[in-house]
Amino acid sequence: MVSRKRSGARKYAYRGDPLVEPPPPELAAILERHRGARDGLITALEEIQRHYGYLGQDQLRYAARELSFPLAQVYGVATFYNLFLFDPPGEVVVRVCRGTACHVNQADAILQHLCDKLEIGVDETTPDGRFTLQTVACMGACSLAPVVVVGDETHGRMTPDGAWAALDDERQVAASPTEEAT
Amino acid sequence: MNITVRVGLSTCGRAAGAQAVFNALATQVREHALPVTLQPTGCVGACHREPLVEVVDNGVTTLYGPVASGDAAALLLRHLGAAPAGDAGPPVVSRHADRHDYPFLGRQVKVTTGLCGVIDPHSLDDYLAHDGYAALRQALTMKPEAIIQAVKDAHLRGRGGAGFPTGQKWEISRRQADPRKFIICNADEGDPGAFMDRTMIEGDPHRVLEGMLIAARAIGAQTGYIYIRAEYPLAVAALHEAIAQARDAGFVGKNILGSGMDFDFVVKEGAGAFVCGEETALMRSIEGHRGMPTMRPPYPSVHGLWGHPTNINNVETYASIPAILGNGPDWFAGMGTARSGGTKAFALAGAIQNSGLVEIPIGMTLREMVFDIGGGCRDGRAFKAVQLGGPSGGCIPADLLDTRIDYEDLRATGAIMGSGGMIVADERTCMVDIARYFLTFTQDESCGKCIPCRVGTRKMLNILTAITQGRGTAEDLARLTRLCHTVHTTSLCGLGQTAPNPVLTTMRYFEDEYHAHVDAHSCPAGSCQMHGVHAEGSHA
Repeated sequence: MVSRKRSGARKYAYRGDPLVEPPPPELAAILERHRGARDGLITALEEIQRHYGYLGQDQLRYAARELSFPLAQVYGVATFYNLFLFDPPGEVVVRVCRGTACHVNQADAILQHLCDKLEIGVDETTPDGRFTLQTVACMGACSLAPVVVVGDETHGRMTPDGAWAALDDERQVAASPTEEAT
Repeated sequence: MNITVRVGLSTCGRAAGAQAVFNALATQVREHALPVTLQPTGCVGACHREPLVEVVDNGVTTLYGPVASGDAAALLLRHLGAAPAGDAGPPVVSRHADRHDYPFLGRQVKVTTGLCGVIDPHSLDDYLAHDGYAALRQALTMKPEAIIQAVKDAHLRGRGGAGFPTGQKWEISRRQADPRKFIICNADEGDPGAFMDRTMIEGDPHRVLEGMLIAARAIGAQTGYIYIRAEYPLAVAALHEAIAQARDAGFVGKNILGSGMDFDFVVKEGAGAFVCGEETALMRSIEGHRGMPTMRPPYPSVHGLWGHPTNINNVETYASIPAILGNGPDWFAGMGTARSGGTKAFALAGAIQNSGLVEIPIGMTLREMVFDIGGGCRDGRAFKAVQLGGPSGGCIPADLLDTRIDYEDLRATGAIMGSGGMIVADERTCMVDIARYFLTFTQDESCGKCIPCRVGTRKMLNILTAITQGRGTAEDLARLTRLCHTVHTTSLCGLGQTAPNPVLTTMRYFEDEYHAHVDAHSCPAGSCQMHGVHAEGSHA
């Protein structure tokens, strides 16, 4: 099959028989909550992605079948919104903010540096499945521009080297102890 | 003696490490049983000094920032009279008996953000202690027409940026015969460089709910949707929590406070599409479809969600309502200009000293905003332009800094009031590159439904990219101007209609920079390196 740049588009060719098995229980539970709701599709897709980390082909097909939408509509809605992913993301998602404040503070140089170092483009994942690089329109933390978010942690006033260093930490340690909120 | 210690825990504060500071303070208070009331709050607005800790001690407020978690003990000991000699501690931003003695806050008039950074956003009691829901109680005793009249008299105009008179909008929905009506709060704050709505919802969520409840009372709506960006997890959580609290207290649900009014909220998370800030696209998205705009008229006030009359206002518009009823429309109108009353919140950012959330009376000049409140550019650099309204707005140069911040005055410059993003650019910023930057954004976010926007923004971006790479020609400038007018006049929705604004304003005020790129293939600001453009337009 011809590989296309735009992620996901190649995967949804009709592939014969519809799904015969019922959806797995956790997916069934999500879909059950939205059955019959005329406005529930986007929320259902958000919940599916929260559970699986992305929208797989089968999940989209189950959503269409169980919620009684044409698969074309489900796919149309899912691809319209930037939030939805169609490939499993890496263990650590790195997001470079491209808001205006970040832009005037040289966010492009940071993005370019991370692309070079990780040897991937935007919206791509490293071959070892460790890092996914994304951009985000604005984090709303403009006073700390330029901002890079590594996993759940926001790093402000970044430089290209600083952003790469923030990733180095993630590279070394699997998980750091989380601080308990009081 | 008891002291109150407040820590700003909004997204901006947390990004700077405020949670660790809060935890360190909490540990100190707990371990040493200190006479300290430790309070998590929203953002007071001085984001440039975050993480911020405010200590109220004997009526005097001391604002510290930036505070490191290691400063916790020294900070507390200083106020408990046991500071060791020569203790450095965290830097003091301001020490004042009255908030207005702090220059950054002194020129501001905080109405919609007045309790952000003051109250605990997780506490309904805290909001109630500051007259929370008093305006709703008052509204429930008023005739709907009287509420609408008050909003009209206040000269409140839509804070999303377009500036349509709010009272008039409510009246249109009110007059529709259809008994099923909706209201929507547009919290899809998509402009890059804008974080007013996020700050308000994180810092004082009940104010937005109260404003919506009053609107629902005036219009006769039964359901209110809050459409909010999924990129704002803290704000989404704050809304859910506040709605649950308000329901338990009888402000939401059936027969609200015994008035016979029924109303409930639905929080809808947007899935990352800038065009969904446009009202018809937003409604399509709530209905579960691709968020593509539709022709207006019919307007949502007449034919909105699922065909029912629907009133759509922005977060800040709703947040203004409780104060209008509480203090009276004349008080609100008196703060602004003749044509628009009240205050406007701005997210001041970019190459400026004091960045953060700022709320000012409408009619203040840009100069006061940038220099008196913002403190001018960082590192003594020269001011070049201020950008308002994000991708729909424009750049205003130094010689127009005396323009008043008012819908009509700003429009006359080619910019717009916008939702409140205000980015300052200094001498290092190339204005052609700024135009290219915004076109990258609008081109990426164009939904593709109408051709002028889908193809036009792409063509404009191609030209701007060529110019910033030193490949532009004089004909390109003429073509760019023509394209701007075509896209502006023939696009279906506001996204396309306003997309040329950043280009038109920079061409108008910084024409010499365009010519330098085209004629001499050089960038006066030194920011275009004629390379380094990558990964554009990767989203569908």
